[in-house]
Amino acid sequence: MITLENVHKSFGPKQVLRGVDLTIPKGESMVIIGGSGTGKSVALKCVLGLITPDQGRILVDGQDAARAERDAFLARFGMLFQGGALFDSLSVWQNVAFRLLRGSLKRPKAEAREIAIEKLRRVGLTPDVADLFPSELSGGMQKRVGLARAIAAEPEIIFFDEPTTGLDPIMSGVINDLIREIVVEMGATAMTITHDMTSVRAIADKVAMLHDGVIKWTGPVAQLDSSGDPHLDQFIHGRAEGPIAAVR
Amino acid sequence: MILLSPLQHLGRAVLGLLATIGQVAIFAFDGLSHMLRPPFYWREFLAALLQIGWLSLPVVGLTAFFTGGALALQIYAGGARFSAEAVVPQIVAIGMVRELGPVLVGLMIAARVTSSIAAEIATMKVTEQIDALVTLSTHPMKYLTAPRVLAALIVVPILVGIGDIIGIFGGYVVGVQQLGFNSASYLKNTADFLELSDILSSLIKGAAFGGIAATMGCYFGMQSGRGAQGVGQATKASVQAAAVLILAANFILTSVFFSS
Ligand SMILES: Nc1ncnc2c1ncn2[C@@H]1O[C@H](COP(=O)(O)OP(=O)(O)O)[C@@H](O)[C@H]1O
Ligand SMILES: [Mg+2]
Repeated sequence: MITLENVHKSFGPKQVLRGVDLTIPKGESMVIIGGSGTGKSVALKCVLGLITPDQGRILVDGQDAARAERDAFLARFGMLFQGGALFDSLSVWQNVAFRLLRGSLKRPKAEAREIAIEKLRRVGLTPDVADLFPSELSGGMQKRVGLARAIAAEPEIIFFDEPTTGLDPIMSGVINDLIREIVVEMGATAMTITHDMTSVRAIADKVAMLHDGVIKWTGPVAQLDSSGDPHLDQFIHGRAEGPIAAVR
Repeated sequence: MILLSPLQHLGRAVLGLLATIGQVAIFAFDGLSHMLRPPFYWREFLAALLQIGWLSLPVVGLTAFFTGGALALQIYAGGARFSAEAVVPQIVAIGMVRELGPVLVGLMIAARVTSSIAAEIATMKVTEQIDALVTLSTHPMKYLTAPRVLAALIVVPILVGIGDIIGIFGGYVVGVQQLGFNSASYLKNTADFLELSDILSSLIKGAAFGGIAATMGCYFGMQSGRGAQGVGQATKASVQAAAVLILAANFILTSVFFSS
């Protein structure tokens, strides 16, 4: 279980998070929606300790994330970054198998490569991309390699930052199914950021909407259409008119 | 900013410099401590050795050769005024080994290696690759900084030694071909005049400058701001800082070694 309590974060004068409270139960799939630039990525990075919150606490299974032993803590997580964040000095399979080639999860090279190719297949990529370099791939392919890397070590907790942005509708469907599968099969806890309402309905158990630095609404995906919350309604129907200003 | 009074400007610059020096010192010690604790990333280390050492050889060789040659011409012309043309071999030798070899190699390394390290790490920062490293339980200081700084500490003294030799050779070529020196006595004079302490000081300077060059590249890369502009700023600042620090360190080391 992941709990964010009153998390604040500013960059200079800009207050991005102003008291985020959110709970993600173990084995559930939480989707965070919200306009671009509202701080969704910042919130994920706070949980991982990549950004230190100015105020507030983050608990993972009751343990304070800020005081946890970093290596053991991070070994439980997989993360897909918004831009893929592939290492461009390493080939595709070495990216995917990064964790399996060093550190506590290290295993023989041939085995690591095999696992990498299997994970690539799961995200809809053929084995012949394994020896390419990230710069030789299209944006959508890089995204999927990033996804394969995030799931390679079968983490308990997986964060997906806009997993389907930049993918064609069919590939988006494949990735949505994959995320759903990972949560159901592996029993992983997932936190996904997306703007894509099809994705939301496909992968979410629960949905939270971030706006103005706080969680404006949270609830089960079934209640998405009957929330009565004007912010949420405007967002899910993509209306220019409403309480959320179009110019931010 | 540009319109501040000169005094205000100077004050700000000095304060900023002091703060940066403090941060760099902390960064350098952190990097050092990661060199001494496992894991050690051999692949990154060997790649850095290749990049910093082997691939810098052409530029180091050319720089040293031309400088040695020019030095011989200048000393000959200057020496002629006191009828002391004969000192060319000796002065070229200590000039190259004590000062020009280490300084020129250091500056070339700042231009070639500091800039590329800073740009590479800054790009990794901007594209979230550094964040990705951390989430994959790999410490950026260990994976990126320690191998590069260690490689520079080892390989730049070797480059300086090679630069010294090629510089002396440049002086020799000019001396023998153009200034009419006898080949054998030129070499003998050079060898007789140089002392072991000269050579050691040269190599120690090389290690210091290599350490400075790689550390500055890593530090400013890691500190990079966002976007392409951040990468550009980081690269510029790293080369500037490395060059100035190398020249300052050279002055300090020269006073320690030779002002007795
Ligand atoms: N490292 C940083 N330094 C300064 N500002 C940042 C940083 N990271 C994010 N921000 C700012 O925080 C805001 C939220 O960013 P982000 O979380 O990426 O938005 P999104 O909800 O689209 O993921 C943006 O205005 C962004 O400019
Ligand atoms: Mg984002």
